[in-house]
Amino acid sequence: MVLSAEEWEAVRLTLEVAARAVSFGLPVAVLTAWLLTRYRFLGRPLLSALIHLPLVLPPVVTGWLLLIIFGIRGPVGSMLYDWFGIRLVFTTAGASLACAVMTVPVMVRAVRLSLEAADLGLEQAARTLGAGALDRLLNVTLPLASPGILVGGIVAYATCLGEFGAVITFAANIPGETQTLPLAIYTALQVPGGESKAAELSMVSLTLALVGLLLSEWVGKRLNTMLGR
Amino acid sequence: MSLSVLLRHQFPSVHLDLAFEVPTPGVAVLFGPSGAGKSTVINAAAGLLRPDECRIEVDGTLLADTKAGIWLPPERRRVGLVFQDSRLFPHMSVATNLRFGMRRAPRGPVRFDEVVELLGIEALLGRRPHTLSGGERQRVAIGRALLAQPHLLLMDEPLASLDAARKAEIMPYLTRLKTALKLPIVYVTHSLDEVSQLADSLVLIETGHVAGSGALSEMAARTDLPLAQRDDAGALLLCCVVEHDAGRQLTRLEGGGATFWVPLLDMPLGVECRIRIPAREVILAGKPPDAISLHNIVPGKVRRIAADVMRRSVLVEIALPAGGLLSRVTPDAIARLGLSQGSPVLALIKSTSIEVLGGQAR
Repeated sequence: MVLSAEEWEAVRLTLEVAARAVSFGLPVAVLTAWLLTRYRFLGRPLLSALIHLPLVLPPVVTGWLLLIIFGIRGPVGSMLYDWFGIRLVFTTAGASLACAVMTVPVMVRAVRLSLEAADLGLEQAARTLGAGALDRLLNVTLPLASPGILVGGIVAYATCLGEFGAVITFAANIPGETQTLPLAIYTALQVPGGESKAAELSMVSLTLALVGLLLSEWVGKRLNTMLGR
Repeated sequence: MSLSVLLRHQFPSVHLDLAFEVPTPGVAVLFGPSGAGKSTVINAAAGLLRPDECRIEVDGTLLADTKAGIWLPPERRRVGLVFQDSRLFPHMSVATNLRFGMRRAPRGPVRFDEVVELLGIEALLGRRPHTLSGGERQRVAIGRALLAQPHLLLMDEPLASLDAARKAEIMPYLTRLKTALKLPIVYVTHSLDEVSQLADSLVLIETGHVAGSGALSEMAARTDLPLAQRDDAGALLLCCVVEHDAGRQLTRLEGGGATFWVPLLDMPLGVECRIRIPAREVILAGKPPDAISLHNIVPGKVRRIAADVMRRSVLVEIALPAGGLLSRVTPDAIARLGLSQGSPVLALIKSTSIEVLGGQAR
């Protein structure tokens, strides 16, 4: 199986988009999960619902909402463009944003589960030993939740590699710019005689997804052993 | 110097209204049944639970006074807490666990090497908490709390989750700690054994209130406290080893203003130790008997006679020059001897009935 330069470009781009999506989405997910598990505040159910919305919404609708909000004329998009000259629609950054929004719910769920499983007694112990709130979060809570955070990140990364609807709606299908693997496979299928190309790219996609899942499994086990669980 | 605690809190099922004051440094044991409110005192003193009303003062430092709006958060109290379940950080080595509080505290008198040596945990420093035994874990947890340089050390049933062998393994470390560090310690337990071995003062807690508090030897010899209701009620005396008679295989102890002979002890002269004399082992006499096997004939005065209807017996509190003894006898014995409050009496105690509790090294 030999991939053309164009196809390699799609693979490289997919990996890049996913990496940017996770590195942006994971901190957001950790912060959200921490707020949702440790604090009771006004609007908590709403925040939870908003964050999880992309999980149940058709991806095309999520992409369309992103267009409305982050488009050049959208409320956030116009500010970004006017003040910083940043344009998200139809760019690699935009594809990453779409992937991030789609996978944050997955990460929030994984992190929440592991924060809920983390022993609150250990945070109490840290308090009596003189650790303030941020100190406890960084040195006790997050390390204890690290299996969930890492597994969530890896699963989200693998999910990003296959993100289709939101990406094509918000970032379009521009080779070398926003044409990730699933988009390239879709494009190949639109062209007569493109089946073999689609099959090759699908195999790549399958391999990446499988590696991602196996890796998350292994990392989770490894970290839990280190924590003595 | 003293530790004073006042606490009022309404729980759904029980109302707590506790107040006591104990001298410091020393070990104050909070003793009572589960659910009486002992752990609430500990959590309030650590700052983890905020009662409706609370005032806690240690050696002149106010940790909390809800009336004056003072409530220091736990991280700023400098109060060490040893939990029943150790709560070591699983993602850190033993050494890193020990240094957790130390790194966040100003420099203080407690030194790392000293604590490690005192608790015998040198060999564990590189290990992970989940590879330690229950007893080892508790020793590390005690070290970790001490190294945070606390003004007050709280121990919430630190031995409750350990089996008898592990308890026996830790006890010597606790008695060493007590003498090595001049620190106020509040120790919660419902084991009379731990009270006898560790307590300097005793606070008895019964369903939300203090049933009595004071020095251990006074408390143990009082018939009006719940302690006297137990089958194993008995007096506790702090003694000093004054003479070994190798020929007779006996050791002479002095304490409470009286002399006690016990089977030869393997303790150096001058060392302090605690003895426990169970009430059911103490015989009363009006005049000294002759030709008798026992060694200890201790003169005292009847301070109080309390009926124990459940056991068809009476508990007699005998005042010694400094302290007291308890004796459980029948009402008939009291009548035959004609004993009443203030009568002089002789307490006869077999040397083998006296329980000598672990001595403290010089």
